[in-house]
Amino acid sequence: MSEFAVELQDVVKRFPTPEGGEVLAVDHVTMQIKNGEFFSMLGSSGCGKTTSLRMVAGFEWPTSGEVYIEGIAQGHTPPFKRPVNTVFQSYALFQHMTVFQNVAFGLEMDGAGKDEIKKRVARALEMVQLTGMDRRYPRQLSGGQQQRVALARAIVKTPDVLLLDEPLGALDLKLRKEMQLELKALQQKLGITFVYVTHDQEEALTMSDRIAVMSQGKVLQMGSPVEIYERPNCKFVADFIGTSNFLEGTVKSLEKGMANVFIPAFNTEIKGIVSGEVSVGETVAVSVRPEKIRLADKAVLNQNCFEGTIDLVTYIGSDTHLYVGLNGMKLKVWEQNKISSLDPTAYYTVGQKVWLALFPENTLVMASE
Amino acid sequence: MLKRLRENKSSQGTLLITPTLIFMVGLLIIPLLLTLIISFGRRSADGNVIYTFGLHNYIRILGISTACEGGQSLCFDPLYANILRRSLALAFNSTVLVILLAYPLAYFIARAHPKRRNTFLFMVLVPLWTNFVIRVYAWMMLLRTQGVINSVLGWLAGLVGIPFAPFEMLYTPGAVLVGMVYEFLPFMILPIFTSLEKIDNSLYEAAADLGANPIRTFLRVTLPLSMPGVVAGTILVFIPVMGTFIVSDLLGGRQVILIGNLIQRQFLDARDPTFGSAASLILMAMTLIVTFFYTRKFGFGEEIVAA
Ligand SMILES: Nc1ncnc2c1ncn2[C@@H]1O[C@H](COP(=O)(O)OP(=O)(O)OP(=O)(O)O)[C@@H](O)[C@H]1O
Ligand SMILES: [Mg+2]
Repeated sequence: MSEFAVELQDVVKRFPTPEGGEVLAVDHVTMQIKNGEFFSMLGSSGCGKTTSLRMVAGFEWPTSGEVYIEGIAQGHTPPFKRPVNTVFQSYALFQHMTVFQNVAFGLEMDGAGKDEIKKRVARALEMVQLTGMDRRYPRQLSGGQQQRVALARAIVKTPDVLLLDEPLGALDLKLRKEMQLELKALQQKLGITFVYVTHDQEEALTMSDRIAVMSQGKVLQMGSPVEIYERPNCKFVADFIGTSNFLEGTVKSLEKGMANVFIPAFNTEIKGIVSGEVSVGETVAVSVRPEKIRLADKAVLNQNCFEGTIDLVTYIGSDTHLYVGLNGMKLKVWEQNKISSLDPTAYYTVGQKVWLALFPENTLVMASE
Repeated sequence: MLKRLRENKSSQGTLLITPTLIFMVGLLIIPLLLTLIISFGRRSADGNVIYTFGLHNYIRILGISTACEGGQSLCFDPLYANILRRSLALAFNSTVLVILLAYPLAYFIARAHPKRRNTFLFMVLVPLWTNFVIRVYAWMMLLRTQGVINSVLGWLAGLVGIPFAPFEMLYTPGAVLVGMVYEFLPFMILPIFTSLEKIDNSLYEAAADLGANPIRTFLRVTLPLSMPGVVAGTILVFIPVMGTFIVSDLLGGRQVILIGNLIQRQFLDARDPTFGSAASLILMAMTLIVTFFYTRKFGFGEEIVAA
């Protein structure tokens, strides 16, 4: 077995448009997806996630570059000869077949015997908790149940790699959360490599071992959820994953992974960790997550400490969300409500002066593009 | 009054179906009842109807005869039974042929590039813009002994220097079959096309993803999902082929008499509306029976398979 379940080598995909032009859907993408990994492609609409996945499944062929599955170059191998299965966003269930027939379809195509089919279908339906539904037609099932049939149909063949294109997109929030956990548990139980496409960053963070953040056909960053969240390599990633405050500045000096950045808006220098790659003199983004800013009634640091006025207070139960105005900018600050008080002033009041401490180890300096 | 109407759902319902009911009763039920009453009557010497009640017309169609050669009092005269059998067989053969021709065409159109698809559909529909009779006449021009087909064949034979005797094609059962197939092909292509077009592309992809090659995808996914179109088309083709008389009249001459011709002649030539009515009802009954069993097996083709 090759180390990588799926590999994309410098893959480019261009589509002709009806107007006679071309769309660059996937732009020189290289990814290596390890065996047994839960790998997510995350990005906003139109960034090329589906196209990348479809090239692995074999529904599209790369314009240039190569897709490898288990170390074997796929070239123009048709989908029915690839050891991968897909869970479609629209489920794509066969409406004229029962749940059992839908799940059995792939095994029949492989020429499995009747008894074996029965056994394996039953096991797959049990795994997605649909036991007893095997004689229903897809239209007699709820959206969540249809989703499970689509899942059972794909896993029953025990593929090397399972491709999932926003499989939870059509479900409501509560069911989505449940299914996320179930999918993750299922993946660990089966030990199959999952390649998961989503535009929901929270979903990607909760489920994935590794995430590829994509934008406009390119992979911007690839890494574990912690790496992506705590060390985004550019402003786009920091902005797309979670919430962040951004300050614009110029790098003055670099030492031991730290950078001093001059912030014109504050007319002072700020110190932070270099996240990704920056060079002296470069215009950069300084990013601080709202939950990592510390509020105090006096300056607690020599550097990276600013006095501001509270503009807005929103109590949301577990946290208090504040907007703090300083030098004409507004920074988001989230404070956990560690106290239990009925006194509203205990949770800050509008107009109150506070000091914000942006600890250098929580402040990230990154490329602004 | 209006207030009551606004609040009462069932009287609203009655009001809403009233126009339909008037049409149904006026254009369907009453004419049918008239036909039934006439079919029990007798023809008068001048071709009018004498309203009596008797089953003589039905007995005659079924071939039970009292004018027998061998001197028996009752015998079987196969004249009309043969016409019925011939009509059924022709309708069956035409429908099967139409399906075999229409399916690949519809499949080809449905899978064509969207831009060209409309052109193809247009080409399917264009013949329907000319009159039915004129199109049948066109076939006469083609099939006649001195017609286009024979002339071209003769010319080709002349080129290579083999002797050529023109084919007798017009006024044969084959000519009627060709005419029927030609006339009713669009009514099969369109419903099959519609049901093929409805099949979401992701279903083909799902089948391929699960390991089905194109042939198995067709047999297991495409064909079953397009059956509603085939069923609807069959009903649309079988019923008119059973009843039509123009095609057999013009392309079959006196050789191929179908039940449609029989009915037409009773009304226009033989001037016996009572026997014509009985034959019409027999035709209706036969068509109903066939469609009944057919739809019991396959449904009406209306279960639109949501993709
Ligand atoms: N068959 C096609 N023909 C032409 N352009 C296409 C085709 N498929 C995708 N594209 C274009 O390629 C780009 C990437 O599309 P893709 O479907 O991969 O996006 P995505 O990341 O999956 O987006 P979403 O989250 O909305 O599903 C888009 O600009 C899209 O318009
Ligand atoms: Mg997509």
